[in-house]
Amino acid sequence: MNIIETVLELENVTMQFGGVVAVDSFSMHVDQGETVALIGPNGAGKTTAFNVITGVYAPTNGCVKLRGKIIAQGHPTGKMRKLYAGTHIGEYNHLVSNTPDKITEMGVARTFQNIRLFKNMTVLENVLVARHMRLKAGLFASMLHINQQEERRIRQESLDLLDMLGLGDVAQEKASSLPYGKQRYLEIARALATEPRLLLLDEPAAGMNPQETDELSDFIRKIKEDFKLTVFLIEHHMNLVMDISDRIYVLDFGKLISEGTPQQVQDDPAVIAAYLGVDEE
Amino acid sequence: MTNVQSVPRVKKPDRGVILTAVVLVLIYALVFALEQILPPTSMLFTVLKKGATYALVAVSMNLLNGFTGLFSLGQAGFMLIGAYTYGILTIPVAQRAAVYQYYDGGLVQFAMPVIPALILAGVAAAIFAFLIGLPVLRLKSDYLAIATLGFAEIIRSIFQWDKLGAITNGSNMLRLFPTFNDFNIKNAEGEVTLYLSTLVPFVIAGVCIALIVALIHSSYGRAFMAIRDDEVAAEAMGINLARHKQYAFCLSSFFAGVGGAMLAMYQNSVQAKSFTSAMTYEILLIVVIGGIGSVTGSCIGSFLFVACSEWWLRFLDQKQMIGKWEVPLLRNGFRLVVFSLIIMVVVLFFRQGIMGSRELPDLFRKKTAAKAAGKGAGK
Amino acid sequence: MMSTVLPYLLSGVSVGGQYALIAIGYTMVYGILRLINFAHGDVFMVAGILMVYISASGLPLYVSIPLVLVLTAFIGFLIERVAYKPLRSAPRMSIMISAIGVSYTLQNLVLYITGGLNQYYPSIPFISESVTIGTATTKMVTIITPVLTLVLVIALVMLINHTKIGMAMRAVSKDFETSQLMGIKINRVISVTFVIGSFLAGVGSLLYFTNYTTVIQTSGAMPGLKAFVAAVFGGIGSVPGAVVGAFIIGICENIIKGLDVILIKAGLSKQMMGLTTFSDAFTFALLIVILIVKPTGLFGEKTTDKV
Repeated sequence: MNIIETVLELENVTMQFGGVVAVDSFSMHVDQGETVALIGPNGAGKTTAFNVITGVYAPTNGCVKLRGKIIAQGHPTGKMRKLYAGTHIGEYNHLVSNTPDKITEMGVARTFQNIRLFKNMTVLENVLVARHMRLKAGLFASMLHINQQEERRIRQESLDLLDMLGLGDVAQEKASSLPYGKQRYLEIARALATEPRLLLLDEPAAGMNPQETDELSDFIRKIKEDFKLTVFLIEHHMNLVMDISDRIYVLDFGKLISEGTPQQVQDDPAVIAAYLGVDEE
Repeated sequence: MTNVQSVPRVKKPDRGVILTAVVLVLIYALVFALEQILPPTSMLFTVLKKGATYALVAVSMNLLNGFTGLFSLGQAGFMLIGAYTYGILTIPVAQRAAVYQYYDGGLVQFAMPVIPALILAGVAAAIFAFLIGLPVLRLKSDYLAIATLGFAEIIRSIFQWDKLGAITNGSNMLRLFPTFNDFNIKNAEGEVTLYLSTLVPFVIAGVCIALIVALIHSSYGRAFMAIRDDEVAAEAMGINLARHKQYAFCLSSFFAGVGGAMLAMYQNSVQAKSFTSAMTYEILLIVVIGGIGSVTGSCIGSFLFVACSEWWLRFLDQKQMIGKWEVPLLRNGFRLVVFSLIIMVVVLFFRQGIMGSRELPDLFRKKTAAKAAGKGAGK
Repeated sequence: MMSTVLPYLLSGVSVGGQYALIAIGYTMVYGILRLINFAHGDVFMVAGILMVYISASGLPLYVSIPLVLVLTAFIGFLIERVAYKPLRSAPRMSIMISAIGVSYTLQNLVLYITGGLNQYYPSIPFISESVTIGTATTKMVTIITPVLTLVLVIALVMLINHTKIGMAMRAVSKDFETSQLMGIKINRVISVTFVIGSFLAGVGSLLYFTNYTTVIQTSGAMPGLKAFVAAVFGGIGSVPGAVVGAFIIGICENIIKGLDVILIKAGLSKQMMGLTTFSDAFTFALLIVILIVKPTGLFGEKTTDKV
């Protein structure tokens, strides 16, 4: 009964900073319900790709589609016209850009490689902030606390979410006082509170030991199920990647060098070459 | 969302909040009582009136600098707009010829009651803030500071411009509008029967600060703090940066405008040239002394600042004799030197200020809770 | 026509040069510490006050002028050590607040010492003398300023580009942390920067106050702000940029001061419009325009924020 829908699609995305090409004509897609991983050595352009998807950067060339709708599209302008070193020039002449908050509103949530919590706020408040954009009350209604009912409801929902993710008992603590591992979970909790359909995880297992990493794979599976998510992640822990991914894309120096099932990618000589001597894992 | 555990956990008003309410009621009662007992010329009332005014302006600045992380230095400009709007709208028609003596009595020929004029003073400041915010709120921290400082200077020039004299009275002062003293209730003989001239500024500032506190504790307040803590993450959580910064900027300016109007009422006159960047710096220093991110701190800081500069340190400005020995250094201006040194010590060594980011209710909570909060903050 | 504009143009060039000497201090400090040194304008004012008191003590000019410059440079050094160095790892807002605190302190100190009265600046022979250029009569300082400014700027640019300390300065302004790791003595570089900045502000004050004749505790605030705007206009961190920006601002400001007269003489306006009021506001309007159109200024480099 399920017709497979493409949730996210990148088409010839190039991101160039001055003379440096961080992502080079990268095309990929993530289908409904999939878990897709983006791997590659350090500096391969993975986080840059995330930043293009989430609207932090406007692509130098190419386009990003969410459920078939173009959410970002660009072509070289100004000085970049001379500097541009990529291909597919002239195919994306219609400019489309959305600020990150718009993209989040469309149902794409993300976590950050270097944890970016609201440090001086409590755990609960961190999650409440993510609920803010779904608030119906306007500035004055909220300021005068006329929307008590709504405020109580989002508070309850947020507490339920924290309970579900095992953070219920620290809800009133300051985010910066949490241990590192819990901060990573809080980042995910916060992303989930925006009610995403596509979740982007940027190195969720960074700094975790093997046991914690295993727990994280189970956790990702669980939230994927519970929240009916599509997951797209960047990760260096190969065990985690091989364990949970349906498909994998491999970037090296901004270029796609391999794609396929975990098995196909593992056996690909190009991938082995890219990783040898570059990354010990 | 699936309910794993849906035990309602609605917070009951805790000890801290109740005690705070009690303390605030007592303060207001005390102000009211003192005003009936002490002679109205007492220095205490000067401090209380000006302190209440500065408290409002400092809290409004804290809303921007402390809670939203926008380093703006335009406060004096918005106070100016508020003060002038209030003055222009409330000078009694009969007095206008005297005030606008060089401009044939001025263009505005009506007078409004005080409260609507106060609100309009805020609205005028907020409208200016909105227009200024469109271009400058995109700027990063220190550029924003200098751009807002610049705007305050531009506003100061515009209000002194001769061609607008029919409205602003040019570089001459506005006066004869209703002041705090006009709130005192008099009998038929003109004797004061009930003194309200200090309670009224307390009430105005109190209502405004209560509104700011309510805002901080609302969903929008949380959004502001998220922007302060991490702009990139806040945007990724769906917060529209431009819109929310604009909200914070306009609301802060609204209250600065009301504060400006209160300053006019306190001073009995206004003149554009007195709203300099030094005034903004003073307010910023109050915020720092009180603690950036604490409303309570800004209020305490204001009263301390005003009390020190207007009253307690006054003795430093005059020659003092201890027995036959004349204390050296004491003469006009020494007060300000001591004062600046105290401020530098706070800025350099007590960066948390008096309150850090704590509020009054936190002080009344049980020690264990306070300790836990302190631990969290320390890490 | 030209004869109407000339005096304004001349004083514009002169004031521009004086702003340039202040602006260099702003731009260098900002380049290295990313700090708007709000106290810099007050250092400039203090230099003026020092000159008033030192020359009143009867010292000859060839002693008092160098003494003023050395003391000013030392004050700059001291401010950095006392008020900014302890906050090196603090949030940027804290350092900026400290700078505002220093500015407040300096103004109040001078207020205390002078009693808040205008102090008459000593007239310095030769540069205070009158000269006539074409149809305009002006002080010698008007001509000396741009020349002296250019000489000092060229010397400074040579210092930055061709000496070891200059190279260290460039490195620190490019990347603070990395240059620290590379073994550059950050504190020394920062001190030198403050010394140079304050020295130039001292030179600026000699020229500026010779022109305006009185000093008071608030004398530094406006020139300071304008010099900062000049630094932003030229592209913060760039010395030549600050100089160009300062001249543009000085000239524009003085033309606006005379705009009413010029317009009337040119027959474009019938009456005085009181536009002089806007000579200060103009500077800030220019600042805001440049920040919106080209935030990096005329000569500034673009930087990208890393997410």
